[in-house]
Amino acid sequence: MSTPTKARPATAPLAFTGNRLRDGRVVWLGEGGAWVDQLAGARIFPPEQAAEGLALAQQGERQQLVVGVYGVELRMEGGVPVPVKFRERLRVSGPSVAAEPDEWRMAS
Amino acid sequence: MNAIAPRPAAPIPPHARTYRYDAVDREFLAERIAEFEGQVQRRLAGELTEEEFKPLRLMNGLYLQLHAYMLRIAIPYGVLNAAQLRQLAYIARRWDRGFGHFTTRQNIQFNWTKLEDVPDILRALAAVDMHAIQTSGNCIRNVTTDEYAGASPDEVVDPRIYAEILRQWSTLHPEFTWLPRKFKIAITGAPHDRVALQVHDIGLEAKRNAAGEVGFAVHAGGGLGRTPLIATKLRDFLPEAELLGYLEAILRTYNALGQRDNIYKARIKILVRDLGADFAKAVEEEYARLPRDRYRLDPAIIAAIRQHFAPPPFLALNDTPLPEDPAFRAWAGRSVRAHKRPGYASVTISLKPIGGIPGDASAEQMEAVARLAERFSFGEIRVSHVQNLVLPHVRQEDLAELWDGLREAGLAAPNIGLVSDIIACPGMDYCALATARSIPVAQRISERFADLDRQLDIGECFVNISGCINACGHHHVGHIGILGVDKRGEEVYQVTLGGSATNDAALGELVGPAFSYDDVVDAVETILRTHVAHRLPGERFIDCYRRIGLAPFKEALYAAA
Repeated sequence: MSTPTKARPATAPLAFTGNRLRDGRVVWLGEGGAWVDQLAGARIFPPEQAAEGLALAQQGERQQLVVGVYGVELRMEGGVPVPVKFRERLRVSGPSVAAEPDEWRMAS
Repeated sequence: MNAIAPRPAAPIPPHARTYRYDAVDREFLAERIAEFEGQVQRRLAGELTEEEFKPLRLMNGLYLQLHAYMLRIAIPYGVLNAAQLRQLAYIARRWDRGFGHFTTRQNIQFNWTKLEDVPDILRALAAVDMHAIQTSGNCIRNVTTDEYAGASPDEVVDPRIYAEILRQWSTLHPEFTWLPRKFKIAITGAPHDRVALQVHDIGLEAKRNAAGEVGFAVHAGGGLGRTPLIATKLRDFLPEAELLGYLEAILRTYNALGQRDNIYKARIKILVRDLGADFAKAVEEEYARLPRDRYRLDPAIIAAIRQHFAPPPFLALNDTPLPEDPAFRAWAGRSVRAHKRPGYASVTISLKPIGGIPGDASAEQMEAVARLAERFSFGEIRVSHVQNLVLPHVRQEDLAELWDGLREAGLAAPNIGLVSDIIACPGMDYCALATARSIPVAQRISERFADLDRQLDIGECFVNISGCINACGHHHVGHIGILGVDKRGEEVYQVTLGGSATNDAALGELVGPAFSYDDVVDAVETILRTHVAHRLPGERFIDCYRRIGLAPFKEALYAAA
């Protein structure tokens, strides 16, 4: 997957994400170097620890667990971390449209 | 559940099998799949890094998208037989989420593929003479053609024959596997351009001269994306025998002179634009250097390939009056098209139900279309670049029964060519490159204009939506083009008007500042209300726009701001 390039230093708390090698699904770096399916289980790094977080995430790449890791800036909404950028919110929630035929609305 | 009464079993006639692989083709594919399977295993075992593996998976059509791997499967020139479509349904159900997405390149994509399953999927494809090779990478991609090939009354030359010749020529061509950028060819055999040839890297119009000989108008350097350009005509009548040699010369010129150090300037269109008349001169010089005899297209080869596309066993029929049922008439008025043979018709199946995802079909729908194609269209199916399906050869007397079958499968939306027949790329809901969503914008426009009478009143209007500047949704050539872009982390939508992908090809003009996700459907509404207010009786949107220009639309959209 193309990962967003970030030239500027992080200014908000971060979680680290990538796609799982075997099936490509979105995963998040959790505690102890584990990769979890939900952002809710992700380890949150303060902006000054962005480099440390990235280094931990890249270990997952070297271990062939994940692909294309990068940091995602977060803000708190109702006590819950939410990505700042819409693209990343979409990666958290999945497609905003029905992704199963049973959910389709056929109107013909 | 199947309301279609079975007909006596009959073997699928040879013509309905598209191009049939021979033993060499099948052996090659088996070897190629085994090779890729080994690469997948080495990747999963950690013996290959992603950097090493990425070009290998892309060579086999496997992308890593936002939420999962996506496998793009080639449908050569958009031609499928029923067995192939049924196999795609099987793949969708067994290895994906039960649906597939038909693309503007006449291909199909599966959005939820697992890496470890891909070799099995490729074997399932090979079993029906299909693969995913050259659906990615800087090579010559799937050649597209007219979805009504072999059926349309205005056809002069059957383009499938030459599309297949180009497929064979370009597949694994060692010199053109690592071009500066991807390369797309479209070919039509009718004077009415239904393939958007002027916005392709090479666009070919097969035609005949006064002596009845086949030749090609050759256009090069068209394209959409970041720098949209209309192609330049290089030859008006390239003799049939010279097709491969001349295209070889174009590709060689591009391969040698195309810019490789800047991805945004690497397509042939930039070279053609920058060199001007010198590009054509360089091609002719390269062509003069080629050993012509070696590249000469042998009439025996053409004849052999033509056999693969022999006409089906049409009956001698007369045209039949259509049933009076208003609902049937409404559907037929948009979906049924004249055929070159009396008593037959071509039927376009809309994959754009109101509120649906443009180009998506469920496994059940694919199976339904396969069944209907076997019963009513000699087993033939086409994929259009507008993301619909076509049954090319249907007896007029069978149309009502076909309509019943399509309705049962949720495939009888009567909206071909209308506002809700929208081209949309997957956008940010799936695509890793996208900067905004396309699909939900298409769905909301479709829902806004759900009323068929209103759509019919507005008349022919093509709405094309892309989720990024790469323009997979062909927004530049939509009558109304919508481009989703990122603005400080949120989606906004630029709107262009007046684009066209056919003989009068044109790039749309930007109407003004972008609209928010919430406001873009209202903007389309305003544009179409403006059209209705200004049009002459019976005037299409595009003709009205060309007559009155951008100003009235701009005024209506921004006056209140």
